[in-house]
Amino acid sequence: MQISKDKFKLVGTQLSEAEKISKPSLSFWKDVFTRFRKNKLALFGLVLLTLLIFMAIFGPYMTPYDYASNDLSNKNQPPSSEHWFGTDDLGRDVFARTWEGARISIFIGVAAAVIDLIIGVLWGGIAGYKGGRTDEGMMRLADILYGVPYLLLVILLMVVLGQGLSTMIIAMSITGWINMSRIVRGQVLSLKNQEYVLAAKTLGANTSRIMGKHLIPNSMGPILVTMTLTIPSAIFTEAFLSFIGLGLTPPIASWGTMANDGLPAMRYYPWRLFFPATFICLTIFAFNVVGDGLRDALDPRMRK
Amino acid sequence: MAKYIGKRLVYMLLSLWMIVTATFFFMRIAPGNPFASEKKLPPEIEANLNAHFGLDKPWYEQYWEYLVRIVNWDFGPSFKYKSQTVNDLINEGFPVSFLLGMEAIFIAVAVGVLLGIIAALKHNRWPDYTAMIVAVLGISVPSFIMASFLQYFLAIKMGIFPVARWESFMHSVLPAVALASAPMAFIARLTRSSMLEVLANDYIKTAKSKGLSRGVITVKHTIRNALLPVVTYMGPLTAGILTGSFVIERIFGIPGLGAHFVTSINNRDYTVIMGVTVFYSILLLVSILLVDIAYGIIDPRIKLAGGKKGE
Repeated sequence: MQISKDKFKLVGTQLSEAEKISKPSLSFWKDVFTRFRKNKLALFGLVLLTLLIFMAIFGPYMTPYDYASNDLSNKNQPPSSEHWFGTDDLGRDVFARTWEGARISIFIGVAAAVIDLIIGVLWGGIAGYKGGRTDEGMMRLADILYGVPYLLLVILLMVVLGQGLSTMIIAMSITGWINMSRIVRGQVLSLKNQEYVLAAKTLGANTSRIMGKHLIPNSMGPILVTMTLTIPSAIFTEAFLSFIGLGLTPPIASWGTMANDGLPAMRYYPWRLFFPATFICLTIFAFNVVGDGLRDALDPRMRK
Repeated sequence: MAKYIGKRLVYMLLSLWMIVTATFFFMRIAPGNPFASEKKLPPEIEANLNAHFGLDKPWYEQYWEYLVRIVNWDFGPSFKYKSQTVNDLINEGFPVSFLLGMEAIFIAVAVGVLLGIIAALKHNRWPDYTAMIVAVLGISVPSFIMASFLQYFLAIKMGIFPVARWESFMHSVLPAVALASAPMAFIARLTRSSMLEVLANDYIKTAKSKGLSRGVITVKHTIRNALLPVVTYMGPLTAGILTGSFVIERIFGIPGLGAHFVTSINNRDYTVIMGVTVFYSILLLVSILLVDIAYGIIDPRIKLAGGKKGE
């Protein structure tokens, strides 16, 4: 059967139309944000985190009570309109102490993550970029340190350095940076042979410029995820150390020390344990969920 | 294989040597001398004590003796309790901790794998979401908080389980569950993601098109392959259970090594802290090595000689 050509008609396909981009182009981070927003759990975590940070900043001012002042005539009061979260065995207001504790916990988490970031990026970046013997030596050292059980080393260091906020952050950072350095090294290794790095080199850029302008910014995704997931583990470590009696010294209120104080009194004054414990969990939960969401949003292939 | 094991052994020994050396020097710079808490001693007695514990020798001799003692599995005396050595403490407390740890590992693996499998098979439906929310919560609740909550609600309020002590199987349920909760959640997530990965493989499609039943595909083709990553987690799992035992044993009043360790930390009984740390490090590093070797045997796709970073 013959089909005549005039039965076919050209519908307006113009090459220029086919190439047209119909949606506004998204930058990488906008794209990430769009994907992040679709993840309801992560979004919930972000809201929770914002609330917790807000309370950590303003919470201590919402009550007339101070976190450290004793009031022995009002000890072990249950939660009431006067003391929202009750009082502890020295009559200190648990609400004020809880938000003071939030400051300490979040500060420790962020400080540990930032120190890990600095050391890890420098160590991993140099090892990955230099390659060869330097890489071999630096990463072997990291491997050996990595073999040392983390919490045991932190406990030892706390025993030796003495209790306190700064010693705790130091103790956590001594092995904490290794994970970050491995991730940065892996990223740098895979990026350094890309054409744009070669182009930068050809144009005469020096090592620090290539690192600072090209390699590190392009590794920002995994670095950010690692940081977000370091914070909850540091908060956990603080609570853990305080709980075994190696934490911060009174009158500083941290969630770990509050839980430690509240444990023996759990049977009769459960609120003294309940509030700090709940907020430790909520904070760790929020950071974990946001970290997971970020990881999924940054690399959709990694979605699990 | 032999080359790989050899290489790993060398690393393990280096890590151990670092821990042993660190403990030795930490012990020397730690604040106060071992007898500081007691009454002011006459100089003769202090000299005798120092001689008894070998503290009068130069540091390199002490260091060497310390290394030799560790190699001979002798972790030294306790400074606080004169009649007790660290070895006594380990022999007395470790069996209890071991039993509790094994129970927790069993719960973590069994429940975690089960949750992960259910979540993967019902991917993106409510069982998946429920299992994963349970898992995220499990990861976010530190074991000592889980333990206090379990103790408060199930033992004190409802009286289902005994509150504390270590006497019967019922006494071990709550501590084991508290210890297992975080690793269980992690295993559930791990199992789920590796199940999903395996389910996307072509050989699953082949099995389906051959007409195999869903059960056979799940058991024979999916789970067997999906459990491999769980095996790699056994090393960190041991570490988690071990450090978790410090607080759990304290909360439930269990006379295990973890509780002894925390007591010695609070007493600043340096020799015990150091000795138990070294013991724990050996335990951990050996179990991680064993897990890695086992993994190489189970999964022939892993090339061991290339090192662990997959270069």
